[in-house]
Amino acid sequence: MENVIEAKGLRKSFKNTEVLKGVDFEVKRGEIFALLGSNGAGKTTIVRILSTLLKKDGGTVTVNGFDVASKPENVRHAISLTGQFAAVDEILTGRENMIMIAKLRHLKNPRQIADDLLNRFRLTDAANRKVSTYSGGMRRRLDIAMSLIGNPQLIFLDEPTTGLDPEARMEAWKIVKELADCGTTVFLTTQYLEEAEQLADRIAILHEGRIIAVGSLAELKKLFPQAKVEYVEKQPTLEDIFLAIIGKKEAM
Amino acid sequence: METHFFSDMGVMLGRSMRHILRSMDTIFTVCITPIAMMLLFVYVFGGAIQTGTDNYVNYLLPGILLIAIASGISYTAYRLFLDKQRGIIERFHTMPIARSSVLWGHVLTSVVSNLISVAVILLVALVMGFNSSAGILSWLAVAGILVLFTLALTWVAAIAGLSAKTVEGASAFSYPLIFLPFISSAFVPTETMPSAVRVFAENQPVTSIVETIRSLLSSQPVGHDIWVALAWCVGIMIVAYLFAVHAYNRKAA
Repeated sequence: MENVIEAKGLRKSFKNTEVLKGVDFEVKRGEIFALLGSNGAGKTTIVRILSTLLKKDGGTVTVNGFDVASKPENVRHAISLTGQFAAVDEILTGRENMIMIAKLRHLKNPRQIADDLLNRFRLTDAANRKVSTYSGGMRRRLDIAMSLIGNPQLIFLDEPTTGLDPEARMEAWKIVKELADCGTTVFLTTQYLEEAEQLADRIAILHEGRIIAVGSLAELKKLFPQAKVEYVEKQPTLEDIFLAIIGKKEAM
Repeated sequence: METHFFSDMGVMLGRSMRHILRSMDTIFTVCITPIAMMLLFVYVFGGAIQTGTDNYVNYLLPGILLIAIASGISYTAYRLFLDKQRGIIERFHTMPIARSSVLWGHVLTSVVSNLISVAVILLVALVMGFNSSAGILSWLAVAGILVLFTLALTWVAAIAGLSAKTVEGASAFSYPLIFLPFISSAFVPTETMPSAVRVFAENQPVTSIVETIRSLLSSQPVGHDIWVALAWCVGIMIVAYLFAVHAYNRKAA
């Protein structure tokens, strides 16, 4: 299978702190790839280098076959970034945000594209409201919708669910799965193990500036000793209870 | 991909013009202090100020307009700072667009919004008794100098907005700029100032710009003031532009 991202020996330092000490990984076309690591591990630094926002100190990185350092313009045609904080224009309406991005991608029929995506992300009712009135979940949906304009082949989602409530998080997961079903490659960073487990085809663990393990969930599980069979009483988690109550309320 | 520069800049300009139209209060905020100063100087201090002219509003207006522009451009710093802080500039930078269009959109918006402020203040000045014998060409020259002055200061504002660490820092730089017209011939002739202050007042940019606009509006010969004024505006603009682009590219690196 063809690789969309290839990183070899990627290094980056900030002042005297070496954040990335030789990072190697590949992302295959069409997969959901999760980069897992604790806060400050360098996940965002990797995303910023891959998305042409930051220059690397060493190593080679290609995205969609183009070197990020020497051919950033070609890389930008293939990617879209959804950063940690929803980068949406609060003074504009949701529709205006969408149209703006469609125009900047030099697409025909920006209005049509905007309306289709707003509809797909259930934002049609709020489309003509200023984004400053949106909830956190709606902003995130708009943010991801803006990233999808022009059908980029590769989407970076940097901690897409940090700060979202459980419902909005599940919604974001659904969106990510749908993206992958449509053939888009998704590069996702997260600090939530459950998120990686739920979504990712392959997971890489970033620790102290290096990728210390990479593989599918099943492959990673093999790194540990055989599972023991234990009998435990399954209590519902607070999240289960919360979602059950909310679901009942909405059904009424 | 510089071929898209104009269409990209059009989108950016449309975006920040919407910001202005949806917060008209920013225009009023910019106008209110210069108008209050104009009222104060004309109706309170003006009677005691000897300028050698019989219409103090005419004498005062050019300086008031410069103060309005000097405070108006701080909104550009503020808007650029917010774009940077909220990750909007980064979003644009991961897209295949002409990068400089992001900055130019803000800068042209600043010119438009400052021209609106200038027009509002002109209207108030007319009510207060401002009159001018200037013809259309002189008015165009005045507009040209005000646009150049706005461009020069807006690029200074861009440096502040791109390199500030806090919102307060992004707009604080404009205070000394607002103060500069007071140590010039904007309010009073420089002859009565102590010699050190006078040397500063007569050789800082505001005096030559104020004198030029004043001469143009009263159909007097502009002399060499206009060249000094143009040199200051263009000089500041070029230097500030280079620093702003450097700050912008460093953020974008």
